[in-house]
Amino acid sequence: MIGRALLVLGLALLAPLAVADERFIVVQSTTSTDNSGLYEWLLPQFTAESGIGVRVVAVGTGQALRNARNGDGDVLIVHARAAEEAFVAEGHGVKRHDLMVNDFVIVGPRADPAGLLESGGVNDALKRIAEASVIFVSRGDDSGTHKKELALWRAAGLDPASGDGGWYRESGSGMGATLNIAIGMDAHTLTDRATWVSFGNKGDHLVLVEGDTALQNPYGVILVNPETHPGVRARDGQIFIDWLLSPKGQAAISGFRVYGQQLFFPNARRTN
Amino acid sequence: MGDAIAEAFRLIAVGDAALWEIVSLSLRVSLTAVALACLLGLPLGALLAIARFPGRSVLIVATNSLMGLPPVLAGLLVYLLLSRAGPLGPLELLYTPTAMIIAQTVLVTPIIVALSRQVIADMHQEYDEQLRSMGITTTGAVLTLLYDARLSLLTVALAGFGRAAAEVGAVMMVGGNINHVTRVMTTTIALETSKGNLAIAVGLGLVLMLIALTVNGALMALRGTQGVARHV
Repeated sequence: MIGRALLVLGLALLAPLAVADERFIVVQSTTSTDNSGLYEWLLPQFTAESGIGVRVVAVGTGQALRNARNGDGDVLIVHARAAEEAFVAEGHGVKRHDLMVNDFVIVGPRADPAGLLESGGVNDALKRIAEASVIFVSRGDDSGTHKKELALWRAAGLDPASGDGGWYRESGSGMGATLNIAIGMDAHTLTDRATWVSFGNKGDHLVLVEGDTALQNPYGVILVNPETHPGVRARDGQIFIDWLLSPKGQAAISGFRVYGQQLFFPNARRTN
Repeated sequence: MGDAIAEAFRLIAVGDAALWEIVSLSLRVSLTAVALACLLGLPLGALLAIARFPGRSVLIVATNSLMGLPPVLAGLLVYLLLSRAGPLGPLELLYTPTAMIIAQTVLVTPIIVALSRQVIADMHQEYDEQLRSMGITTTGAVLTLLYDARLSLLTVALAGFGRAAAEVGAVMMVGGNINHVTRVMTTTIALETSKGNLAIAVGLGLVLMLIALTVNGALMALRGTQGVARHV
């Protein structure tokens, strides 16, 4: 009986190898695009048209870039422009294309103890947070949102490290986990709007700071360089990128709605 | 919590196709990993219990310590091995269920080795003289003891299964939590938590516990019939 059980399990082990001929690409992606449901909306449209399956590994931008540096992925969709350009310059990526934008917001408790609702822009808001020493939860994970947050503190002339462990707390986790922590601690955090709008555990939190041009959140798409990483499925990856940047793909991005709200705004340039 | 229980019942009652896909992949990955770990670990455990050779006690301490191997570290090591930049990159196994099975096998094997060694060592003390007087070889002794200890070893396998089914760090890292490809129960719970869908996350957790209960119950029943058969 045990022999038969082992045989069945052995076959189960081999099963995944049997379907390996299927045509697909692997996309290393930031979490916001996945958590908001954008891919569930977008990818079936692409797959129906092209016959190419898209397997998304959704991690932070920092980890997505690291995985792609090892050649583990064919296409990158992330949001940290400087890091993306460095990735291409090092020869790991072919070219960075503008894909779409959305924006960051600072969410916090309804009571708004630091008076952020009356703040004049994000610089002022961050100063109010530091002065009032209200708790701010940072991603602390080298993600696109974390890089953006650090840049915002720098632009405001502040060093949050002075409050590290006190009012400034690094979660070292993804956006969703960080939001759960911020809500649990009655704290503030920086999040992309897409993750926030589709987030299911908002508690009594709301958007306190938004609309500053400094809060723009541009997403780029990059084909991992097949010359550096020979295993890359470059042809199908390029077909996917071409589709995303085409009028059809861009219209599909515009068409994505959560609770009736558009979360991503396409901005591919029709140059190349 | 009420929401979560309602959600768990809803998930089961609706027979949600996505849920069954995830549950069956979880079972396939974890049961295969445990089977492989037993295949490797049981003979090794028995050998460590019976044979005397230099370095044996070092090996025993090592396997005992490896029971505490953090899943995320096991995942990272297997990732480095299977990455396109790694030695096994050309096999294209990263982000497949096979990669998840490998990572869980790495996690579970030390548990099987360490626990089975203890079980067999205890039994060996009882049987030693008898086996010796019958002039049985080490291989023969290993097989005899493994067979006679099979009911206790079932519990060892269950401990391994518990570890495999419950861990998230390793399968997340080498599987990538890809929808319809490598998404299992624990990675789905982590994902739903990160989306703030706490009721669904807890509901899925309850389903996972129910599966563990079913597997344990089934094995307990098997054990019961075996026990009876032996005494007849």
